[in-house]
Amino acid sequence: MSDVHLRIDGKDVRASEGMTVLDAARGAHISIPTLCQHERLEPYGGCRICIVEAEARGQNKLVASCVHPVEADLNVRTRSDRVDRIRKTVLELLLARAPDSPQLVDLAAQYGADRDRFEKDPSFCIHCGLCVRYCNEIKKLNAVGFVDRGIRKEISFIPEIASKECNNCKECFPLCPTSYLQAAFVLLEALAFPSASPRPASGKTVA
Amino acid sequence: MTVPRLSSPEELAKLSQELSSRRDPNSPCVSICAGTGCLACGATDVVSAFKDEFEKQGLKDKVGLRSTGCHGFCERGPIVVIDPEETCYLQVAPGDVPEIASAALNENKIIDRLLYVHQVTGEKTTRESDIPFYKNQRRLVFGPNRKIDPQSIEDYIAIGGYRALVKALFEMTPEQIIAEVKEAKLRGRGGAGFLTGVKWEIARNAPGDPKYVVVNCDEGDPGAYMDRSLMEGNPHSVIEGLLIGAYAIGSQHGFVYVRQEYPLAVKNLGIALRQAEERGLLGKNILGSGFDFHVKVHRGAGAFVCGEETALILSLEGRPGEPRPRPPYPAVKGLWDKPTNINNVETWANVPLIINKGAAEFASIGTDGSKGTKIFSLVGKIANTGLVEVPMGIPLRDVVYKIGGGIPGGKKFKAMQTGGPSGGCIPEKLLDLEVGFDELTKAGSMMGSGGMIVMDEDTCMVDVARYFIEFLTEESCGKCVPCREGLRQMHRILDRITKGKGREGDIETLELLSETAQEASLCALGKTAPNPFLSTLRYFRDEYEAHIKEKRCPALSCKELIAFYIDPDRCKACLICLRKCPTNAIDGAKNKIHVIDQAKCTNCGTCLEVCPTRFAAVQKLSGVPVPPPIPEDRRMILRKSKEDERRPSAD
Amino acid sequence: MDIERIDWIIDEHQCEASSLIQVLLEIQSENHWLPREALERVSERLQVPMSRIRHIATFYKAFSLVPKGRHEVHVCMGTACHVRGSDRILDTVKDLTGITPGETDMDLKFSLETVNCLGCCALGPVMVVDGKTHGRLSSADAKDVMKGYE
Repeated sequence: MSDVHLRIDGKDVRASEGMTVLDAARGAHISIPTLCQHERLEPYGGCRICIVEAEARGQNKLVASCVHPVEADLNVRTRSDRVDRIRKTVLELLLARAPDSPQLVDLAAQYGADRDRFEKDPSFCIHCGLCVRYCNEIKKLNAVGFVDRGIRKEISFIPEIASKECNNCKECFPLCPTSYLQAAFVLLEALAFPSASPRPASGKTVA
Repeated sequence: MTVPRLSSPEELAKLSQELSSRRDPNSPCVSICAGTGCLACGATDVVSAFKDEFEKQGLKDKVGLRSTGCHGFCERGPIVVIDPEETCYLQVAPGDVPEIASAALNENKIIDRLLYVHQVTGEKTTRESDIPFYKNQRRLVFGPNRKIDPQSIEDYIAIGGYRALVKALFEMTPEQIIAEVKEAKLRGRGGAGFLTGVKWEIARNAPGDPKYVVVNCDEGDPGAYMDRSLMEGNPHSVIEGLLIGAYAIGSQHGFVYVRQEYPLAVKNLGIALRQAEERGLLGKNILGSGFDFHVKVHRGAGAFVCGEETALILSLEGRPGEPRPRPPYPAVKGLWDKPTNINNVETWANVPLIINKGAAEFASIGTDGSKGTKIFSLVGKIANTGLVEVPMGIPLRDVVYKIGGGIPGGKKFKAMQTGGPSGGCIPEKLLDLEVGFDELTKAGSMMGSGGMIVMDEDTCMVDVARYFIEFLTEESCGKCVPCREGLRQMHRILDRITKGKGREGDIETLELLSETAQEASLCALGKTAPNPFLSTLRYFRDEYEAHIKEKRCPALSCKELIAFYIDPDRCKACLICLRKCPTNAIDGAKNKIHVIDQAKCTNCGTCLEVCPTRFAAVQKLSGVPVPPPIPEDRRMILRKSKEDERRPSAD
Repeated sequence: MDIERIDWIIDEHQCEASSLIQVLLEIQSENHWLPREALERVSERLQVPMSRIRHIATFYKAFSLVPKGRHEVHVCMGTACHVRGSDRILDTVKDLTGITPGETDMDLKFSLETVNCLGCCALGPVMVVDGKTHGRLSSADAKDVMKGYE
């Protein structure tokens, strides 16, 4: 793999081709916050908290550093007014879902995010997909998956698999950025009511 | 029945000549529009009535009969056109058929009552191409729809179909084809308007094998149906374009992604693919050229986001359509990580045209940045709803007034929404804008796939923004936060505003959420989702402010902000509204002026709908208190004589 | 729906995992909903984990995991219909059936769905009941249409 030279926060950084901007930054001890990223899992790009400004060929745009590949002469800024403003809004949106998540509360303090900015809709889950992806990619058990889409998207355990596997595993729980309340709940739900079907996709109920 | 497989260009040319010589341009032929719109208003019965009548009158060998795809003038369907005179009959009912059938043989006989009548002048038009709706269009891609039965490959071949394929396969190198498409400056008709030739080149040059080509017929924009009508009405033109593109890119495998909500398109496409294969125009060694190409149909299962390329690819792989980050771009790493080129239906259908006529002729139409024609679906508050194909660069005003016939009911034009849910609204003052990719983007909207939704003075622009954001909230895949959570909050705020519960600062919050979605969303759905809000705010800020500050809906549309009121001076106590009111909120009797009990009224609007226009007694109010009901003792109407009662409009 | 029929559909698609959505669409169109047993069979034969099948069956709007009513009512909420008052049609149908979109009534008489565009914009507002299109509706017309179904 050939080397790629780029700049992050004014620092010259050497990375290898195929790395993400996040990898390169971490290699240079520059920290970027993440919520849905995990070193053992495929990059996902869902939470968008890791966005940074990236300038290449005269174009400056915001990219999610966890999925954006490094390229030669890329000029990255991990903090700026724009980046901070968007991170703050993203945090405020997530806090409406999981107001007491320690990880979110910490980040909120850092970015001045207001926990009560938006109308609350606590679901505890912020759809980072860590449990789902870990179970699929690492454990290869597929005991937990997503159902539905958009604002009705939820995690859901497959009762047949969960009853056999989950009790001894629960490795996905500590990955959860919102203290796995929702995971514990839906796991219990799947075990207690194995024949209930996940909610149908159709319908038009915008909260 | 097996049909002979064509194994060389000469055989195709021979067949084409044979078929077209059988289509005597001077012998009468009846074409009936059997597109989805006309079928919905009874075209099936019209077709069978013609079949019966031809049998009865012994016309089967004398007059041709053809059910075709959509003609475009959906407002006046079912449509029947009789060639060679092009006599056009509108809103035809089965009962009209015997008369039309016998008139078809007699060119001088015209059935007056079924002709087009101009809304204003009352002038009648006989020839299809003289009708203003058609006259001001330029139907290069959509025109053949009227000439062919979409379920007959012979019809397509007879009008010169697959000639461009022959030219491409036998007279051009793949590089020349790409150069031609690049020179034509064809831009994708599906949304973003990327240069098609450049896209093809990237896919051609990308390492990886096999390569895939895909037709995107996941037309999810509400109010847009041009892709469906092309796929239903002329599937071979799309297949021919796809074949040419596949050959140019170096692909032997194609997919057509079509919405399952379009059953007729799925059916006609299936028939077309089968016929093309039987004729040797698909499959192995096409026309003896050595080029192999296979096509698979994939029905979309109902997710707007699958129009986005990476989501569409995942859906083709049998996965949920959650977009993935780009780069890598599908042209480099697409379906099963192989180079994949996706174009929209209309883009593909333009390709044979470019190859046949040459890039120069194609590029002679349009503006600097946008070449050729574009099909729009002109819908909403417009007199002539339908599909219109116009040259790029035509002023919007011409589309609305010359082709669309203006706004019905004497109402005033307010805005035109273009570009689908992620597009924007263009106000009256910009109606002279020339249609083009860059022009529309500059005005805060976009070309999108080509929906044009006309709105009149009764349409509330805040509600329009709310409607689109609700649509996008529903259709968001839910993967990334700015789109899933951001749109949900935007919808909440907009919903609150239309209900009269808007607060100071709502507009600013909406702007912030818009920025977050635009800048930080994963895919184009989220990045463009705020457009309906931003463009309505840009041009109709006063409406937002009226809702928030005065709790008033200037368009008298938002249900929670209006009240219905019966003007006692106009009410003739006809009892109609009183009987139709679903909540029994109307008090009154014969000869007793009707009064709405505001406490019981649910603002359903039925009373306004049913109040005879000559009375027009029901009014909508917003932002002002409803006048108190007139006292009981003044509610009786004293009628002088029977005479007056019979002519209530006189007073 | 019997297993043989499901197997037949799967075989028609050469048992390819990428045909998952096509297979489910065919089961849905024949059976009007996707019973759990059918999903399990598909999972087993196509070698696709149940978690993905459930995600797909709930992600795409064409699928239903619960039985549908005898009459399927689709109210078009496309833009053209919206500006011509489709909200009022939907309200009327909701009132008459007592269900909201996505639901089926207790007697399994009606299932109500909204659709985003049927492409008959000239006829807006439009409602489709059991495949039959009813166009240019007022609230009162919608009420009459619904009364015609038993």
